[in-house]
Amino acid sequence: MIDGALIVAMLVAAMRTATPLIFAALGELIVEKAGCVNLGVEGMMLVGAVTGFAVGYTTGNFALAFAVGAIAGAVLSMIYGVLVLHLHVNQYAAGLALTIVGGGASAFWGQAWQGLNMRGMGPLEIPGLSALPTLGDLFSRLDAMVYLALLAAAAIAYVLTRTRLGLIIRAVGENHDSAHALGVSVIGVRYGAIAFGGAMAGIGGAYLSCVMTPLWIEGMTAGRGWIAVALVVFATWRPARLVLGAWLFGLVTIMQLHGQGFGLAVPSQILAMLPYLVTILVLVLISRDATRIRLNAPGSLGKPFQPTA
Amino acid sequence: MPLRLVPRTRPSRLAQYGAPVLALVFTVAFGFVLFLSIGRDPWAALHAYFVAPISSAFGLSELLLTALPLALIGLGLAIGFRANVWNIGAEGQLLLGAIGGGAVALALWGEGVPGTFVLVCLTGALAGMAWAAIPAFLKTRFNANEILTSLMLIYVADHLLSWLVHGALRNPQGFGFPESRLFSPEALMPILWPGTRLHIGWLLLPVAAVAIWFMSRHTLAGYRLRVSGLSPNAAAYAGFSQPQSVWISFLLTGALAGLVGAMEVAGPVGQLLPEISPGYGFAAIIVAFLGRLSPLGVVLAAHLLALILIGGENVQLLGVPIAVAQLFQGVLLVAVLASDVLVRYRIVRIGQLETDEAAA
Repeated sequence: MIDGALIVAMLVAAMRTATPLIFAALGELIVEKAGCVNLGVEGMMLVGAVTGFAVGYTTGNFALAFAVGAIAGAVLSMIYGVLVLHLHVNQYAAGLALTIVGGGASAFWGQAWQGLNMRGMGPLEIPGLSALPTLGDLFSRLDAMVYLALLAAAAIAYVLTRTRLGLIIRAVGENHDSAHALGVSVIGVRYGAIAFGGAMAGIGGAYLSCVMTPLWIEGMTAGRGWIAVALVVFATWRPARLVLGAWLFGLVTIMQLHGQGFGLAVPSQILAMLPYLVTILVLVLISRDATRIRLNAPGSLGKPFQPTA
Repeated sequence: MPLRLVPRTRPSRLAQYGAPVLALVFTVAFGFVLFLSIGRDPWAALHAYFVAPISSAFGLSELLLTALPLALIGLGLAIGFRANVWNIGAEGQLLLGAIGGGAVALALWGEGVPGTFVLVCLTGALAGMAWAAIPAFLKTRFNANEILTSLMLIYVADHLLSWLVHGALRNPQGFGFPESRLFSPEALMPILWPGTRLHIGWLLLPVAAVAIWFMSRHTLAGYRLRVSGLSPNAAAYAGFSQPQSVWISFLLTGALAGLVGAMEVAGPVGQLLPEISPGYGFAAIIVAFLGRLSPLGVVLAAHLLALILIGGENVQLLGVPIAVAQLFQGVLLVAVLASDVLVRYRIVRIGQLETDEAAA
């Protein structure tokens, strides 16, 4: 009953489902490495999804759609930036506000696109890969953004650990007072990180509406932004683990599509709970080791920064 | 002119009252520009949004009816936020209250037991409390972030409700529609204001507000909650346990949200449906902040948020998407948070600051 073709189909679906999570969570990872928790990922994804869809639907140009989605996410994230960095608002509250604004704005201005369909993105042909036995079938069905998400993860891991920029970001996140004393512009670095986080969430949202579904429905992220935030904790702030975590969620999510195929007599609504229940479960498993969280979490995470002079 | 924020030694009293008003003015101004930008007469639209819905006795009763869930949940959330406990999942606790209360109403359907609605409300409160106990347990026992767990449980509750109204609790004579039977009359909340939908559950609002005010001001538990929010280190030094704050905050809010859920299905809704809340659990977060986490403030803020929800429905008649209500909520929350800076900080010119310091 379970044959190769089905497994390939499931893996393809799982990797596609994981892709928006990888983009959004990588963005949040950078924000948190710089010391801020932005709970507005859900709102930024929605804004990216609707603007990306509007552009993709109108022009048929995917690169443009992702660019616009990224810009929209970054613009929205600036509300969070001003609230947290200049007005010293509690980070959790500011992130929640962003989620509500993003949800409302995308639903309000997305009305004209509600329920419309667009032609999705075709797979990326990589010479050689698709000729491989069995696996070739998998590679020949993945689109460019799936690969780009993995490249982004690798690039972020490299930048964080091997470059001066990464060192500055981590310094700001570990101890903003020391970084400030060393002459680093804490506010400047955090603005950059927050904008990057917004752009990545926007791309994740645009992938959801332009490639994965491909259509726009208000509130279509259905908690993916929050799962992305949870993924960062789950990955203990490491890009490679983040990708693995996202694939795991991808697999769990598509179980609801294939569950009945395996002869599981479980109602679809119960299967649909799985990604959320798994998120809770992995959070519990990771968080129960408080030392591990403390050792890996950026030292200044969530703390307000008020330069003394 | 370079400006700097200087922390105040004590919060400004004027700003405490002025800041929410300022935030409201900003939101209305945003609405004006928004309506103008989509080609509506802004004055007419603002009138339709904020004035017309409460220009009749029935409209006022609807405002009170909508403010009730927001105020009850907001009162609980404010206690938690003060203690730095972040229950974002009140919407899920509300849904469980609706499921629990609804299940009792359906179990006693047609039995004619007098006062069934009391049982419905009690079960709802217990169900909400039980749902809220999950993130509290995961937080205190496993250190799992309560924001994420309580939020994930909203989606789980939503699917649970959907499953039940599609299956076990579906109306057997309902032609397969995903909805329960209409509750029997004895399971419905008795009407308080004849000719409207306002039910006797409203009487709980002043009771809850005074009880929570009393608890937070005049009991040791309330004092502990406030201290653990203001200064976790001081609370720990005084031997106040953080797990206790988490439990009190979650169970209290869960009970209130569950009660709200039960009163919604036994009140204006009258049956179980896949969708029973227009986001009361989320709007209550704004209510708590707008009310500056004080019981009286929360009650006032709930009526304002209720107007935003009702007004959003009303301007649909002018062809404005209902999503405008969520947009207003978000803008209002941003404005509330931003204006709070005036309470905690003085804005001074840099030159001014040096003069002040020289004088001191």
